Amino acid sequence: MFGFCEDPSVLDTLPWFACYMTTGKMMLFYGSFGTVLVLLAITAPVALGFGFAGAMAARSHVAPVSWLGRIYIAMVRGVPDIVFFLFFIVALDQGFEWLRHKIKCPDWDQPIRQGSDFIVCAEAKLPLSTAPQVWHEVYGFSLAVLTFAIVFGAFAANVLYGAMRAVPRPQLETAEAYGMTRRQIFRRILVPQMWVYALPGLSNLWMVLIKATPLLFLLGVEDIVYWARELGGTKSPRFTDYPHGDWRVWFFLALLVFYLAFTRVSEIVLERIMKRLTRGQATLGGDAQRMA
Amino acid sequence: MSCWETLADYGLRSLGIGERLLPRDNFTLCQQVVLIGSGLIWNVYFGVLALITGFFMAAAVAVGKASRRPLARKLSEWFIFVFRGSPLFIQIFFAYFLFLSLKQVSPVFDPFTSAWAGALVVLFLNTAAYSGEIFYGALLSVPRGDMEAADAYGLSGWTRFRRIVWPTMLRLAWPAYTNEAIFLFHATTLVYFSGFPAFQQRGDALYYASYFADKTFNPFVPYPILAVYFILLTLLIVGIFGWINRRLNRHLPQERRQRMRFRPNLLR
Repeated sequence: MFGFCEDPSVLDTLPWFACYMTTGKMMLFYGSFGTVLVLLAITAPVALGFGFAGAMAARSHVAPVSWLGRIYIAMVRGVPDIVFFLFFIVALDQGFEWLRHKIKCPDWDQPIRQGSDFIVCAEAKLPLSTAPQVWHEVYGFSLAVLTFAIVFGAFAANVLYGAMRAVPRPQLETAEAYGMTRRQIFRRILVPQMWVYALPGLSNLWMVLIKATPLLFLLGVEDIVYWARELGGTKSPRFTDYPHGDWRVWFFLALLVFYLAFTRVSEIVLERIMKRLTRGQATLGGDAQRMA
Repeated sequence: MSCWETLADYGLRSLGIGERLLPRDNFTLCQQVVLIGSGLIWNVYFGVLALITGFFMAAAVAVGKASRRPLARKLSEWFIFVFRGSPLFIQIFFAYFLFLSLKQVSPVFDPFTSAWAGALVVLFLNTAAYSGEIFYGALLSVPRGDMEAADAYGLSGWTRFRRIVWPTMLRLAWPAYTNEAIFLFHATTLVYFSGFPAFQQRGDALYYASYFADKTFNPFVPYPILAVYFILLTLLIVGIFGWINRRLNRHLPQERRQRMRFRPNLLR
């Protein structure tokens, strides 16, 4: 990066670090922070969508749909979320390939599971084995996003379902008295009012989501944990210009600080949003703001 | 090989007792159920010990955070902030590498580089922070009337804390604490996936479940087995904590007793 980085072995401590911090590998490490943020930016709305669908399904008057919604909500209680992560990342992959296999190769006669192998025809592979490397990475990342969204969607569904039930009953009855249809009541009365009840749960969920992002590592994405382990390990002078001992503890300290800062900032922002949303609401928080 | 033999061979495999080699192919359902169940011993070990030790630390942290002394308050606030603000996954990683470095300084830290002690310390501190925050919240919601009554009876200092504040706080905090306990048990599955090596393949339930899933490339058998184990474990925790909750509330008139909510929410 810098001109004086030509021969790191003769540098002083300070320039050495300046050079070390700007090597290509370190740039990949910094980039992986972007991976985490991208994951959060995509997962949060998708999970909210899943949650909304789940909560709507649970409220449905059609019994099987309602059961489905309730099962989805209850799914993540009682079982650690990491189990779902490890399960879905493989199950989704195999599910997609199986579907494509059924469509693309209808005259395939061998069983798909042969012992410990999962064999589909070559055209059904995802992504195709001829696809460039970048597509494999994109596919892996999208699977991870989908996995996160399914699991956190279930938590969001739980929160939204509770919030929908927390909207005061008279509000809905008044709407009925005005002759609104069920759909109208849902869109015009229930949904606008439920957010203030949902927000504490959702902000808690956001914090949990942030703290779940290191699990990307377990899903095979090259995220910050992966690079911290890679770069922190002992480097011998034979393979690198920047030999150092076992620095993994420092790398993980940096990650710890990153997460602390991230959650703290989120906390402050969410507090502000909550203040904004409670303004003028018929809740204790809203009353307190009027009196102040 | 019958299922009983499998049970005898692998029932305590996670502790290093019984057959040394894990099954390599032709996995039977029985082998998977037995080995994953055997791994559950570690989850229970981590969960129970961290919960018991963390309980006392949490009480101290909560009292510290509510204290008027700035030093105690700041210390508790920072402790809670650090452990609640960062992912447990990173904490365990960090602790493992920290203990590895400390090991070179002094052999005292030798046991901490293995999971049974090192991960236990992290889980203990983590649950202490989360429960400390719960207890602190409950401490602030002890009714003023109770305190005034205590004053009227001439109770003060330690006696007042032991006989009025502490039982009321515990009663108020119990439903949220139950939730925390459930999530602590769930969090124990992270141990063998973050740094700490499973010495001689003695791992926890998730370690064996993922072993089978990797070997068979079929996630549809081992993970549901694990899920069933954890649902049973969760029900057991809810049962035990519900019983304690009834004891804590037994002096209250029937209608004021706090009903336990058997709906663990993701509140961490």
